[in-house]
Amino acid sequence: MAMTLNVKAALLSLLLLACALGAWQLAAMPPGSASGPGAAARTAADDEYAKLMGKTASTQKTSGLPTLGQMGETMARHLSDPFYDNGPNDKGIAIQLGASLARVGAGYGLAALIAIPLGFLIGMSPLMHRALDPFIQVLKPISPLAWMPLALYTIKDAAISGIFVIFICSIWPMLINTAFGVAGVRREWLNVARTLEVRPLRRALLVILPAAAPTILTGMRISMGIAWLVIVAAEMLVGGTGIGYFVWNEWNNLSLTNVIFAILMIGVVGMLLDLMFARLQRAVTYRE
Amino acid sequence: MTTEAFLSVQGLSKTYPRAGGGEPLPVFEDVSFGIERGEFVCIVGHSGCGKTTILNILAGLEEASAGFVFMDRREVRGASLDRGVVFQGHALMPWLSVLQNIAFAVKSRWPDWSRARIAEHSRRFIALVGLAGAEDKKPAELSGGMKQRVGIARAFAIQPKMLLLDEPFGALDALTRGVIQDELLRICASTHQTVFMITHDVDEAILLADRILLMSNGPRARVAEIVRNTMPRDRTRLTIHHDPQYYRIRNHLVDFLVHRSQLIQQGGTDLQSARAGEPAREVTPGLEGEPPSRPAQPSAIPAIPETHP
Repeated sequence: MAMTLNVKAALLSLLLLACALGAWQLAAMPPGSASGPGAAARTAADDEYAKLMGKTASTQKTSGLPTLGQMGETMARHLSDPFYDNGPNDKGIAIQLGASLARVGAGYGLAALIAIPLGFLIGMSPLMHRALDPFIQVLKPISPLAWMPLALYTIKDAAISGIFVIFICSIWPMLINTAFGVAGVRREWLNVARTLEVRPLRRALLVILPAAAPTILTGMRISMGIAWLVIVAAEMLVGGTGIGYFVWNEWNNLSLTNVIFAILMIGVVGMLLDLMFARLQRAVTYRE
Repeated sequence: MTTEAFLSVQGLSKTYPRAGGGEPLPVFEDVSFGIERGEFVCIVGHSGCGKTTILNILAGLEEASAGFVFMDRREVRGASLDRGVVFQGHALMPWLSVLQNIAFAVKSRWPDWSRARIAEHSRRFIALVGLAGAEDKKPAELSGGMKQRVGIARAFAIQPKMLLLDEPFGALDALTRGVIQDELLRICASTHQTVFMITHDVDEAILLADRILLMSNGPRARVAEIVRNTMPRDRTRLTIHHDPQYYRIRNHLVDFLVHRSQLIQQGGTDLQSARAGEPAREVTPGLEGEPPSRPAQPSAIPAIPETHP
């Protein structure tokens, strides 16, 4: 009766998880593994055929989906040794995720370095706003992967092309939100700065930046979300290392267990990144 | 005449372009007055007569369409640390604490001061407005009256040559307002601060001001009359209404606001006020012997042709 909302929500979440896992287990069970006619009707010829096909007789016919047990085993194996490196196509999950995060960090960092000052300029100058607006409006809706061929052709380096794609996809929300936040700084705060003869740089850093920080951080959070979405697709294209390449590689290996594991890891890392930005956002938000 | 004054405003007017085209009308025109050093001057008038615009021009935040402002024999161009402004909406930075808000201003005024010196100076002014103990609170944690006190402390802390207050107590309840008015009087008396203040409140003007500028209604508003407050300067909120002068001044102001400010705008004859182009007359309604300005009877209002813009 006296359960708080949080406890209720947690219980409901667990229930849903149990249902999902149960459905998975049912779907993954080999058809007729119990005592169906299939098992009974298996003859020596079938076993022979299976051997010829490179499968041992002991290999059971499965639905293709891994069972929960197999899944758990794979996860335990990957997580127990995340940093191994057995050559280009066999690296630990942490190395793969690290490679992706490094690319995202580089592309995103570059985008922030350009988008935030440029956003300041656009937000403070109506002239720049009008002059640059057409470019932004045209470039913004382009899918970042559409840049990939052009990037590969001009940069001639797959790794840097990947970073470029992250750069181009994360720049727009940051740019637009920074410009919006800066343009929306309350007139009275700027007037206070004027009556105190605050120098432009000090005004930008101590008045406009903190005033616009919540809006800027919102843009940065959206950008990070997009960058993490795009990195998987980009790495599928450029190959090498990275979680996106790992997913593609394991698909080629027909290892669904590894694919599912990688998907889960992408989700967890994305959630952690978002949580980090939510924390930052809370830190700079002020109450009026 | 006014060139001798500490602050001198000459022939100020402001015209905004009209939204629908057509002939733009000045909000106010030919506004001239002077303020002596250490004087407290209030400006009273109806909404839309351009009081805030005048204050912003004095602060250097807006440009006049015509006319000049001199302070200390130098023309006012752009905002300056010489003129502290207390804004109508307190304008505190919500991400800074009370102390940081004031330290920001102090640091702007004296960039070379050490951190400790800035903090000490800021604390002194926080204590002056009775907010000691609230230094580390954010503005959102303060009541309206406390926020406005921080705004006042910030303006005083930079020790400007002149203080400009834009209806600082407009949003406060009557009790809080009274307390802060007393504080303001006390601080101004101890620092000999020159103050220019906008108010809607006639009683506030009488309590605080040495002289009260009366503005006619806009557009084409003017400073129609200057009322000298002849009551002794040590007046307080508790005793002021025992002075017979108080009622004479108050009646004069209310009469102006209710009847005459309109008449002047509509071009009607108002013999007590200066005509356009002449400097505003100074009157002393508080003193006995001055002809009492009776509220005009309805029949005394001349018929007004319906031709005003």
